[in-house]
Amino acid sequence: MALPQQVPRLVVIFAAAIVALVAARSALVPATFGKFGHYRAAAVDSIAVRPVKFAGRQDCEECHDDVGSKRLAGNHRGVGCEVCHGPQAGHVAAPSEVTPPAPRDRSFCARCHAYNSSRPTGFPQIDPETHNSLKPCIACHDPHAPVPPVVPQECGACHGQIARVKALSHHVNLPCVTCHTVDEQHKVNPRAVRPTKPMERAFCGQCHDQAATRVKEAPRIDLATHYQRYLCWQCHYPHYPEVE
Amino acid sequence: MRDEDRAPAAPAPLNRRQFVETALKACGAAAPLLVAVIRIPSAGGQETAGSDEAGYDAASHYYGMGIDIDKCIGCGRCVAACKAENDVPADTYHFNTWVERYVIDSQGEVTVDSPNGGMDGFPPVTSERGIRRSFFVPKICNHCANPPCVQVCPVGATFATRDGVVLIDEQYCIGCRYCIQACPYGARWFHPTKHVAGKCTLCYHRIVRGLVPACVEVCPTGARIFGEVEHPATPLARFMRMNDVQTLKPHLNTRPKVYYANLDGEVR
Repeated sequence: MALPQQVPRLVVIFAAAIVALVAARSALVPATFGKFGHYRAAAVDSIAVRPVKFAGRQDCEECHDDVGSKRLAGNHRGVGCEVCHGPQAGHVAAPSEVTPPAPRDRSFCARCHAYNSSRPTGFPQIDPETHNSLKPCIACHDPHAPVPPVVPQECGACHGQIARVKALSHHVNLPCVTCHTVDEQHKVNPRAVRPTKPMERAFCGQCHDQAATRVKEAPRIDLATHYQRYLCWQCHYPHYPEVE
Repeated sequence: MRDEDRAPAAPAPLNRRQFVETALKACGAAAPLLVAVIRIPSAGGQETAGSDEAGYDAASHYYGMGIDIDKCIGCGRCVAACKAENDVPADTYHFNTWVERYVIDSQGEVTVDSPNGGMDGFPPVTSERGIRRSFFVPKICNHCANPPCVQVCPVGATFATRDGVVLIDEQYCIGCRYCIQACPYGARWFHPTKHVAGKCTLCYHRIVRGLVPACVEVCPTGARIFGEVEHPATPLARFMRMNDVQTLKPHLNTRPKVYYANLDGEVR
């Protein structure tokens, strides 16, 4: 049975088209496209070989182990070298040619330690304008192991947010230790050793119950009937206890 | 007159058979030439390995990041480090990572600001109505497990690697900006001189060498944690075990791999 004349012709044309398609595809699609997915696998390599600029604290400590161990023992133990000294892969590669900068300006330390009410409570913050405003920070604080040169007299040295709020409240004259018992270790290791907080209504009642005698002018409530299902600080913020 | 204009000069008329033959011959002659022309530039490059940097096995990793809102002090060191490490344009519009400040006033109204991405720190909050609460939120590409930016790329220039990082092939990107539109987190930007999309690479060049991303390296309070999502003995896994973690916009089913601890409900 003879095939119709047009069938072999069409077969030839289709075969040529398929060959052309395969040839075009192999030429136009990059070699590694589709190796791991719908993308050019070689692109991953070209990204992976980009130069590193921050060497990492481990590299720094291979030579500067004295500073490293000092840092690890102090309050800046979590602060990498390149936070302050900038990207130093160049210094690691050629130590004598590239010298890392050491910021000595007051404004640099203030990047982290200036008071800002959005910062988490307990993070050490100062007001740069009133805190020894003419001295460089490093005159009193060693940046590799910063400790206050004198133990802070005021809790507000670190707890600026609370100190500011309390200054506006009726509790302004109460020292912090009226309500909190503070271990001496809290000043050295603030997150590990925490001050106590009042645990029960009776504590506030010492001043604010009708029967209390401690402070004459403190507002009084009857502790037995005044919202007895709640703890005082669920409604009144103790550092600013004004009734709103 | 008109007929003469229309009539072609008509040299040797071509019949169909001759035309097809000529066309096929021409194609056959051109094909190897075309192959040669296109292969030459790519043959020189290293188009073979596919992300196996000396001893690095992409298939055995799956990366993510943890961010602890309670530890962020808004110093902006991460933003500056990222710009330096990744050659992000040094203007105020292009950021791989940036820090936002949320201020919720006594009426519950939310204000978000991020002056220069937080790189120069934040001015003191000024709120006439009193602040209920305020905090910093570092933002970064979420390296979604189901990334919408990858879905919409018309050429396959952006992709999720086997180790869970969403990257851009700068040589393949056509600069259509579709991915920038598709990202619900605003994590992508358009490079003003390269004319391709840009984004956080999770410092891919660092992590294949065993380093942590630049923003993690310089975070002074440890607010950023880098590690493996699925291996239990890495800092990230510990972070996810010890905290109630949340992701941003989980209802979009993008399955982000940036996990936030102590995240406020107001954060978008």
